[in-house]
Amino acid sequence: MSIERPSTLDFPPDAEGMEMVYCRPDTLTDTPFHYCPGCGHSVVHRVLMEVVEELGLQEKTIGVAPVGCSVFAYHYMNIDMQEAAHGRASAVATGIKRVLPDRYVFSYQGDGDLAAIGTAETIHTVNRGENILMVFINNGIYGMTGGQMAPTSLPGQVTTTSPYGRDVKMVGHPIRIADLLIQLPGAYYVTRQAVHNPNAVRKLKKAFEKSFQYQKEGKGTCFVEVVSNCPSGWRMTPVESIKYLEDTMFPAYPLGDLKVPEKV
Amino acid sequence: MRQEHEIICAGFGGQGVLSMGSIIAYSGMIEGKEVSWMPSYGPEMRGGTANCIVIVADDRISSPIITKFDSAIVLNQPSLDKFEKAVKPGGLLLYEQSTIIHPPTREDIDVVCVPAIEEADKLKAKQVANMIMVGAFLEKRPIVKIETIVSALKKALPEHRHHLIPVNELALKRGKELVHLNEKITA
Amino acid sequence: MEEKKNKTSEAKLMKGNEALAEAAIRADIDGYFGYPITPQSEVLEYLEREIPKRHGLVLQAESEIASINMIYGAAGAGARVMTSSSGPGISLMQEGLSYIASAQLPCLVVNVVRGGPGLGTIQPSQGDYFQAVKGGGHGDYHLIVLAPASVQEMADFVFEGFRLAEKYRNPAMILTDGALGQMMEKVIQPEEGSLPKIKTPWATTGKTKDRDHNIITSLFIKPEEMESVNLQLQEKYRKIEKDEVRFEEIKTEDADILLVAFGLSSRICQKTVDLGREKGIKIGLLRPITLYPYPYKRLNELADQVDFMMSVEMNAGQMVEDVKLAVEGKVPVHFTGRMGGMIPSPDDVLHEIESILDNQNVLQD
Repeated sequence: MSIERPSTLDFPPDAEGMEMVYCRPDTLTDTPFHYCPGCGHSVVHRVLMEVVEELGLQEKTIGVAPVGCSVFAYHYMNIDMQEAAHGRASAVATGIKRVLPDRYVFSYQGDGDLAAIGTAETIHTVNRGENILMVFINNGIYGMTGGQMAPTSLPGQVTTTSPYGRDVKMVGHPIRIADLLIQLPGAYYVTRQAVHNPNAVRKLKKAFEKSFQYQKEGKGTCFVEVVSNCPSGWRMTPVESIKYLEDTMFPAYPLGDLKVPEKV
Repeated sequence: MRQEHEIICAGFGGQGVLSMGSIIAYSGMIEGKEVSWMPSYGPEMRGGTANCIVIVADDRISSPIITKFDSAIVLNQPSLDKFEKAVKPGGLLLYEQSTIIHPPTREDIDVVCVPAIEEADKLKAKQVANMIMVGAFLEKRPIVKIETIVSALKKALPEHRHHLIPVNELALKRGKELVHLNEKITA
Repeated sequence: MEEKKNKTSEAKLMKGNEALAEAAIRADIDGYFGYPITPQSEVLEYLEREIPKRHGLVLQAESEIASINMIYGAAGAGARVMTSSSGPGISLMQEGLSYIASAQLPCLVVNVVRGGPGLGTIQPSQGDYFQAVKGGGHGDYHLIVLAPASVQEMADFVFEGFRLAEKYRNPAMILTDGALGQMMEKVIQPEEGSLPKIKTPWATTGKTKDRDHNIITSLFIKPEEMESVNLQLQEKYRKIEKDEVRFEEIKTEDADILLVAFGLSSRICQKTVDLGREKGIKIGLLRPITLYPYPYKRLNELADQVDFMMSVEMNAGQMVEDVKLAVEGKVPVHFTGRMGGMIPSPDDVLHEIESILDNQNVLQD
């Protein structure tokens, strides 16, 4: 069947005779992203929605947006969505999944949301093995509120609330929540990915595809962490932020699978 | 005229005080009356004592919480000390013999002493002392029929407890008899 | 299956909490999400025991915060859902309730009130009146608040709560107390399946081709938009205030003195009415059944008839403020009550009335 697309961001009208090789998936609206230049959110949104479209799950997928920069995710993702209170996205997703068990449900949260104020909900959702996908964007900072220290900010990292650098004696070390979650039997698939280059994007897409497949099979919680950047919050250009990711963030948050289904 | 009977059942936790009250309430309901059962609340719960207020009436019951009672059924000294004065003049006070050191002194109420624990021992079923009290109470104030209590027990007890019904029935009858025995002794 | 057998109900002797839980199953709830807290844990216990044998879903969450947000998600997905708790747990739910009110989701929340503030006591109280009727969480919103006064109403108001919540797409609350939760009375349960499910075209059930994507949100970042959402909410509240006020009057026809009390206090006051009339004092009682919306109008009318009013509450005097608002200074409004889990007795209330009457006589002499 033909997919009807809104026109504003479509292929240029004078492109007659040219072949369409890349376009916005129908699972994204034509609302322009409000994200800062270079920010990883837009890419993660797009990859996630590509997977939903390619698997033909637009009618069956319900997302939960967080409080944070991606609070308006529901403006961009052209699927049914709910906006959760700060930290509670996985509880909201639980509520949806429990009453609509045949739908695909995901939550989408940042580090402050998932690993600080919502830690209890995060741990218990995974511990129950809720059959949902939890997407976790870790950029080590509170972006929306203007660059404050996050639970995942690195030791010595300067933010507006750690102007002399994160003092681990005062506020503790960054929390590697995904490493904690793999201890829980309810966690079926836990992986840490990135979107800083095309190869990483392809890997992330694979991780999302697997997560939807596992959800279809009723396997339990899939947890996909994306170690991402925040050029504005980090006070860097997008290019500098990619370098910072590679040099500083990835050593602290190594990429790769943390828990994969046991082979039978 | 509208009939309403307000009862306080009181004793130590574990003496079956709450279930004694609830079986009276349940039986009242089976007989088509309005009933309420209010377990102990507030500071009265302290010190391991338990009590419940039971009201059985012909029609709508107003307050389930009251401070004056038509009847008091008490199974320990602290409860007697507390509720003796709460019985309305002309009301009924039943107390369990072996648990009371200082017997009631009021003369404007009907006081009945029931050796329920001793009799329950004779039946080799300590846990039916409360039903002996209920039997005695209903002999003095027949607000529900003994037969209704028995059928209420059948409904209230789970299947695997039904073998206890005969001894409860016996206890009810024994309580009924004890009232008269006691009256003879007092006379 | 068993549920078919149970369709028509016979009278049963039940605890208030259990009657409420049974009614929830009969109201065909799709989900109950809760966390244990005294004095209402029987609700969760009863549902954990019964629901697997019958129908619906029950989930013990990790906190009241999680429960209320599960309610948000499930209600947003179009399900009939409820939770219950007591004071401290209800306080934790306030953020979620504000979101639910703003997102206009129907659900039922039960507060079996215990004495506070703080961890307080597990004994019965009406100290959460302000929290229930004046908002509780942040922003301009209202819950529809029902106050049962008997075990029968503990069951009936589950149905009524859902009916109102779904009619107005607004959270409803049953405000009751530990004593009503624990006491037993005769109850005839509402008929199972007698509460039809509503259509929820706004719910997030999956975006179909024939419609735009549905969004459940309470975020309206542009002030113009936020104001218009607020205006819409206020319009809804005015309609609720016009159409849904419920109250009961007892012996008010010839009353010189009016007691105003809700829930358990109203039962105590019924007895006071009788005791007073035995002594020739013409007392009447108005019992608000809905605490929001509140029977301001009727109280104002009665202010033209009685010499004074007295609000009787198990708190420091909360509803009395609404009684005062209602009578607009036409007659004196007194208050009597107990706090911290203590319950006023019918005699206490009568004694208060008599001392007011004595004082009046002294003044007149």
